[in-house]
Amino acid sequence: MADNNLSFVRTEMLQGQTPPIGERGIVRWIRLNLIATPIDAILTIFAIFLLAWFVPPMINWLFIQASWSGADRAVCSTVAQGGVMPDGWSGACWAYVNANFNQFMYGRYPLDQHWRVNLVGIIFIILLIPLLIPKAPFKVPNAIAFFLVFPFFAFFMLVGGWFGLTYVETATWGGLLVTLVIAFAGIAVSLPLGIVLALGRRSKLPVIKMLCVIFIEMVRGIPLVTVLFMASYMLPLFLPPGVSFDKFLRALIGVALFASAYMAEVVRGGLQAIPKGQYEGADPLGLSYWQKTGLIILPQALKMVIPGIVNTFIGLFKDTSLVSIISMFDLLGTVRQHFNDANWASPQTPISGLIFAGFVFWIFCFGMSRYSIFMERRLDTGHKH
Amino acid sequence: MKNLVLKSVLGASALVLLATAAASAGTLDDVKKKGFVQCGVNTGLAGFAAPNDKGEWSGFDVDYCRAVAAAVFGDATKVKFTPLSAKDRLPALQSGEIDVLIRNTTWTLSRDTQGFDFPGVNYYDGQGFMINSKKLSGINSALQLSGASVCVQAGTTTELNLADYFKANKMQYNPVVFEKLEEVNAAYDAGRCDVYTTDQSGLYAIRLTLSAPDDHVVLPEIISKEPLGPVVRQGDSQWADVVRWTHFALLTAEELGITKANVEELTKSDSPEIKRVLGQEANTKLGTDLGLTNDWVVNIVKAVGNYGELFESNVGAGSKLKIARGINAQWSKGGLQYAMPIR
Amino acid sequence: MASQDITPVGADSAKVSLLNDPRIRGYIYQAVVLAVIFGVGYWVVNNTIANLQRAHLASGFGFLDGRSGFDISSHPFTNYSSDSTYITALYVGFLNTLLVAVAGIITATFLGFIIGVGRLSHNWLIRKLCTVYVEVFRNIPPLLVIFFWYSGVLAILPQARQSIALPFSTYLNNRGFFFPVPVFGEGAWLAGVAFVVALIGTFFVRRWAYKRQMATGQQFPVLWTAAALIIGLPLLAFGLKGFPLTFDRPVLGAFNLSGGSLVGPEFMSLYLALSFYTASFIAEIVRSGIRGVGRGQSEAAHALGLRAGTTTRLVVVPQAMRIIIPPLSSQYLNLTKNSSLAVAVGYPDLFAVGGTILNQTGRSIEVVAIFIIVYLSLSVATSLFMNWFNAKMALVER
Repeated sequence: MADNNLSFVRTEMLQGQTPPIGERGIVRWIRLNLIATPIDAILTIFAIFLLAWFVPPMINWLFIQASWSGADRAVCSTVAQGGVMPDGWSGACWAYVNANFNQFMYGRYPLDQHWRVNLVGIIFIILLIPLLIPKAPFKVPNAIAFFLVFPFFAFFMLVGGWFGLTYVETATWGGLLVTLVIAFAGIAVSLPLGIVLALGRRSKLPVIKMLCVIFIEMVRGIPLVTVLFMASYMLPLFLPPGVSFDKFLRALIGVALFASAYMAEVVRGGLQAIPKGQYEGADPLGLSYWQKTGLIILPQALKMVIPGIVNTFIGLFKDTSLVSIISMFDLLGTVRQHFNDANWASPQTPISGLIFAGFVFWIFCFGMSRYSIFMERRLDTGHKH
Repeated sequence: MKNLVLKSVLGASALVLLATAAASAGTLDDVKKKGFVQCGVNTGLAGFAAPNDKGEWSGFDVDYCRAVAAAVFGDATKVKFTPLSAKDRLPALQSGEIDVLIRNTTWTLSRDTQGFDFPGVNYYDGQGFMINSKKLSGINSALQLSGASVCVQAGTTTELNLADYFKANKMQYNPVVFEKLEEVNAAYDAGRCDVYTTDQSGLYAIRLTLSAPDDHVVLPEIISKEPLGPVVRQGDSQWADVVRWTHFALLTAEELGITKANVEELTKSDSPEIKRVLGQEANTKLGTDLGLTNDWVVNIVKAVGNYGELFESNVGAGSKLKIARGINAQWSKGGLQYAMPIR
Repeated sequence: MASQDITPVGADSAKVSLLNDPRIRGYIYQAVVLAVIFGVGYWVVNNTIANLQRAHLASGFGFLDGRSGFDISSHPFTNYSSDSTYITALYVGFLNTLLVAVAGIITATFLGFIIGVGRLSHNWLIRKLCTVYVEVFRNIPPLLVIFFWYSGVLAILPQARQSIALPFSTYLNNRGFFFPVPVFGEGAWLAGVAFVVALIGTFFVRRWAYKRQMATGQQFPVLWTAAALIIGLPLLAFGLKGFPLTFDRPVLGAFNLSGGSLVGPEFMSLYLALSFYTASFIAEIVRSGIRGVGRGQSEAAHALGLRAGTTTRLVVVPQAMRIIIPPLSSQYLNLTKNSSLAVAVGYPDLFAVGGTILNQTGRSIEVVAIFIIVYLSLSVATSLFMNWFNAKMALVER
């Protein structure tokens, strides 16, 4: 057995053979990923047909045939429609987006005051980015600046009427400006309000619990347009005669209340996931309810539901588009308002404008959802109860 | 992370409230106190109320708003415009969001009794139909429209008249209803419906905004009476008087030949009537009794001109719409516009 | 509510100030909150009454019996005209809401399941396609999707005169999709009876087949039998009567295609948009549901010799359903609520019709109250149904 002088035992190993062609490189990948089974092969062929049918015309329409610049509808309509394009032409009308770009961003905000919006935007980004990077220092002052100081700054800058800034009516605001203001304000209000409602719903005090449940379930049961409709037409009826809110503010209140009900349910999910031991551990330390909640329960609970919170933010961001139904001009509303512009009305205008608006919304929402996934992965450690 | 969360809780105080409280006295006092008239207008109807690229409003109704501001403040720029859809307009007035609504609103009994007051009629209109004559070449009467799809704005008297007219003539139709005027325009222009119905003045205005205005004709039938005028909340007769007499002042100025150009000069006129109207009589109290200043008519005419000038420049011969004066002429010229005497 | 009979006994209870007793403090908090709520409520109601009086507005629901005076473009299932009452108009709006919600839910569920399963496919291309679909539709507002269909796609369709003719006498143009409606002649009732008989027959066949499989292990092709019964029997009955069926086909009239029936572009854009948008969320729910079923489950099923299809149907899906149903029901609710966006394209749903009535009558409070009641009841009804369904699925899992 121990004899190792046997001549038929190899002393040196053969060079490993390259795997057969079907087991390596691109062929293997194709075999496994595209044609693993006959059904897969059929699906692949189907998908390729779908792509071939859909993608080249789309690229053609979006880029190759698109008309990129021009002064009016002529560049986006065919000769038969009164334009300069050959008959049968069909392509995106980016010229229309190009010409109205300022309107899409700022609405009718006075042209010479656009720097104010830009300044607010730049400061927003400067404050936001370090807040989003988990490793960046000065989280506390940063968050205070972002959530407490910035809203006031933005309010004074955008509305004006102070420090020599001219007053700009909210009625002239429009486009992406309105979308972002409503979304940010909605987020800044709905998060704390949602936390309060969630705590109220889990409260041991029956009256408070009942009130929170009624509010949350009612708001969640009705569509946002109804809430906006109420905020816009009913709120003035509820107030003493002569007192009236700015229309913009009314929409803001509607959106914020709506979002806070959804936020409350997300936060409640987090609160329910906190093991009982955490509460019991806090009690013998002599912490009051608010100390216990603020220092022990909430930090853990909120951390756990950050993805849910971001998803609510995404929903809120998308929901801002509904203010166009109550005659306010957010990005979507502004884009639509310009469809009927006699200067630009052409068969290609609406779809081009909508694709542009969709793209802007998509970038924001996709960015948020990616960030949520990133945070989910980061926070995934040490929280497996 | 924990800190971020905690601080975001504190963000609750980021709630900024902007409530403009005002005393609940008469609208005139409120308006004087806040320093401007909040006027509800159409969201965009060429000739009546439409903003240009810079957001400056112009049109017949808009000039009426300016006239009210001129009457109250002596300054026609002290007015703010709230564009309103047909559906929003009455709730907006009801809620106090606007002080006066001058937005092609038809005076009807039910509206008059539902909490609104109509101080006057600044434009006598009637509902008509518009079709694309290129596509529907054989049609020259509204009675041939059975089976058509009709574009109409939701929540208007137009919508009700339409139903009545087709029912009375035993014709079928398919309503295509939108909330906003722009949506109706777009749908009609895109060929979603065969017929567009609204007030005839509106049809002429809308025709201008279509992609091929010359293809469209307004059919001769007028199926309803549409007396359009300013609206105020019921129960505030002082404010209603201000609006009513602003309208009569515009008409009276036209009657007496007072124009934007000559009003300054005519304040020195000898004619007792002109003197009285322009507040040049000694110890006159006509303006102050109304809650205004005695030179209110001067202010109005100086700012916007007289009724005739408003009509011609916004919707008449001097505009793109080229609507004939028709029944909106002065009573002395066979029309219906008749101002009560200022004395 | 709180139990009042437990009073603290012992020496220390006397020492503690009443304010420091958490129970007493709780009562005080609640009393304060209640007082504030009632105060605000009283203030609001008072203001409202004052405002209504100031504006000389009547209140109450009596106006609902009045003649509406306006027409509604789409009123399936009801005989609505401008002579009907406001309440009928609201009912038409409600039915339209239901119609688009139910149609949307069915389509979104199908689409969502296909795409959700597609995202887990071994096939790279299919997986990526489904991912792109989900990421695109999840991240844009539903209102935009509705407009996309309405002004981007359906408005570009040709005019009535140049309708696209599709098979079976159907036509597509910018007025909608026109299709023939069957008109049943005399004797068609027999087919209806046959259909009911077939349904009852199917039920008994299924029961018998189940019993037999339990007893002997032999399977019976229930599906095919049922299909043969349900399709064949009415067809046979129909044939006996000599096919008393004609079609009312759409033909080109002066303005439009007349005859037949049509689905307007308003409904289509709303329906397509809601289905496409919600399907992206359902796909994600389905994906996480299926992934939530442990790998060992399907491996064990394979080891037992079950095929891939059978494994999915009998092992994976029943367990995944448990995870899928609760979030699915909230997506259904969202779709129903999003159907109120109909107002943007002029589809006469409850919200749009209510808005018109509000404008014609000025009864804003009553109309908004109706909105809230109806949408809340729809929500409650959907949750109840889904809870029942969830409970049923949970039993199956045992």
